[in-house]
Amino acid sequence: MTVREVVSGVRWYLREVAGESAYDRYVEHRRREHPDEPVMTRRAFERWRQDEREARPQARCC
Amino acid sequence: MRAKSIAIWSAVAIVGAVAWGVIALMRDEAISAAWLIAAAVGSYAIAYRFYARFIQYKVLGADARRATPAERLNNDRDYQPTDRRVLFGHHFAAIAGAGPLVGPVLAAQMGYLPGTIWIIVGVIFAGAVQDMVVLFFSMRRDGKSLGQMARDEIGPVGGAAALIAVLAIMVILLAVLALVVVNALADSPWGTFSIAMTIPIAFFMGFYLRVLRPGRVLETTAIGVTLLLIAIAAGGWVQDSSLADTFTLEAETLVFCLIAYGFVASVLPVWMLLAPRDYLSTFMKIGTIVLLAIGIVVTLPVMQNDAVSEFASTGKGPVFAGSLFPFVFITIACGALSGFHSLIASGTTPKLIEKETQVRFIGYGAMLMESFVAVMAIIAASIIDPGLYFAMNSPAGATGGSVESASQFVNGLGFTISPEALQSAATAVEEESLVSRTGGAPTLAIGMSEIFAGATGEGLRAFWYHFAIMFEALFILTTVDAGTRVGRFMLQDTLGNVYKPFREVSWKPGVWLCSAIIVGAWGYFLYAGVTDPLGGINQLFPLFGIANQLLAAVALTVCTVLLIKHGKLKWAWVTGIPLAWDATVTLTASYQKVFSGDPTLGFFAQRDRFQDAIANGEVLAPAKTMDDMNKVVTNSTVDGILAALFAVLIIVVILDATRMCIKAIRSRELLPTTEVSAEESTLDAPDGLFDRKREAVA
Repeated sequence: MTVREVVSGVRWYLREVAGESAYDRYVEHRRREHPDEPVMTRRAFERWRQDEREARPQARCC
Repeated sequence: MRAKSIAIWSAVAIVGAVAWGVIALMRDEAISAAWLIAAAVGSYAIAYRFYARFIQYKVLGADARRATPAERLNNDRDYQPTDRRVLFGHHFAAIAGAGPLVGPVLAAQMGYLPGTIWIIVGVIFAGAVQDMVVLFFSMRRDGKSLGQMARDEIGPVGGAAALIAVLAIMVILLAVLALVVVNALADSPWGTFSIAMTIPIAFFMGFYLRVLRPGRVLETTAIGVTLLLIAIAAGGWVQDSSLADTFTLEAETLVFCLIAYGFVASVLPVWMLLAPRDYLSTFMKIGTIVLLAIGIVVTLPVMQNDAVSEFASTGKGPVFAGSLFPFVFITIACGALSGFHSLIASGTTPKLIEKETQVRFIGYGAMLMESFVAVMAIIAASIIDPGLYFAMNSPAGATGGSVESASQFVNGLGFTISPEALQSAATAVEEESLVSRTGGAPTLAIGMSEIFAGATGEGLRAFWYHFAIMFEALFILTTVDAGTRVGRFMLQDTLGNVYKPFREVSWKPGVWLCSAIIVGAWGYFLYAGVTDPLGGINQLFPLFGIANQLLAAVALTVCTVLLIKHGKLKWAWVTGIPLAWDATVTLTASYQKVFSGDPTLGFFAQRDRFQDAIANGEVLAPAKTMDDMNKVVTNSTVDGILAALFAVLIIVVILDATRMCIKAIRSRELLPTTEVSAEESTLDAPDGLFDRKREAVA
């Protein structure tokens, strides 16, 4: 493994864990599955995703 | 197996065995913490490679060709195939909190050996097995919760008992964790200021993420962590300034602050407070755990604590009453076997898992990690002077509160620490006093500051102490937020059976009422704990442990019933043995807490002793007034009733499950279960750690 690979791996992992890549995945998904329909802006998407969380609280253990 | 892999695994086995040998045989001299680490890691590796693999393939029959709910029901929301390493991170962040840090610290009063053995052996044969098997069965049922599985697979009685157990543990858990925070922050302007600052920091992060830079979580978290470190350093300046008095709060005041905070946090929108706080505490948690591991490996501290102290057999320890069996196994729950995990393993995780064959990595693996955190906590508590340990962890009623009286008390226990040494230990971390700072957090912070100061120099000792306090308090508060909210949802759901609008998340009166009930319930125990003359941790921690292990008993019962219903009677011992052990431990502990004639151990014996004294008009130490006496009577009655209730719940669940097992064994064909029928998987995903697969398959 080169240093570059390690750095890109860490960056990939952090973005995935933090949910930053969710929007990219969403856009890609919409473009592929529903190319004619509009795509939410990042702002609208993140807002929707945050409010989505409201209905599903996740317990944090001891 | 190839020759190379045989050689590697033989080497791992030898290292582990040698480490265990050293721990077991070196009796008269202090050993290095390195041996504990080696024994733990060696044992985990062997268990993960062989036992967990055996369970995954032989016992559960995990099948990589069978589609998981994430694949079948993918809706880009709650069901979504998630990279196993990302899911591992989420799952670990959800299961690991203050529990594995607090329990081992308290259990260190019996010496480091009993706790360490239980943490390692317990996780391998009980805790990690529970997490993994619950995850598997829930995954096969589209992510059903533990309560639903208990109702569907055992029966309505078992199901109802499980639901009560879940709510009860939630309340006790939140109360005990909040108590840890109160004990750590009382009369400490530095700690109180730093923790108070986390609220505006979280608000700022929330708005930043919502309005300024939507979705930029990493950037926001980096800003948050920086502000947090500044807040910790600023705490030191506040302590020396005229603001110090404002932030010097008594324990009772802090209780009301926490109750108010818990209520507000659970009704505010998630994005405003809870979500940013969660990012902050998760990153801090992982960072600190890694830092601690590095610190221990770099400094290799030597154990100061006895391997096995006399309190293990006498049961007269000041931190919590009762002898090694069953109380070590109750005190250390998280890290060895934690029922609470079954709620996570049957919640979000099963809906996100990509492949059935990943349950070993995520379920078993994440729990091994938590166990390792618990081993580090017991090390941190055992490298400090035992005299200091007992002065810090004995209730104020016993130590008398001053350095002189505490020193005298500790000498009476058979350890030595001078009043001057006690004072200088406090001064070194810039605290007024360390006497009776119960709850585990301050002790852990002293241990951590010892390790970190060894690596970074004396000058930073006070900073590291407050850093450790802060990090524990931070994620305990996150647990309090999230737990109150989850409890509120469960209550809303239950009350929704009676009056429909309660189910509506947007119906404000319902939200407020249910939040108030949950906050009121844990707030009651928190207040009772803080004002209890006998010491809240001493009284409540055993109840917390019993509740957690009770939930584990419910989870293991569900697993065992399911193995039998699926026609795997010959493998039922895999969850049956841990269940038998857990039930024995929990029932013995409840029995002693309810029926023991020893007033320091049995709640009702304690109640009688104080009640009789009240009737004679006497005031018994450590109570100072008649009012204190009445408090003791009320608290021990409530606690005793709860201990009895927990025992009854376990018995009900196990009896109901036995009925179902007998029915399943007698039946000629397999009984129906709620398992979803198999569908072919089209996803391709590895289950090892390193096969990198960058793109998630959509």
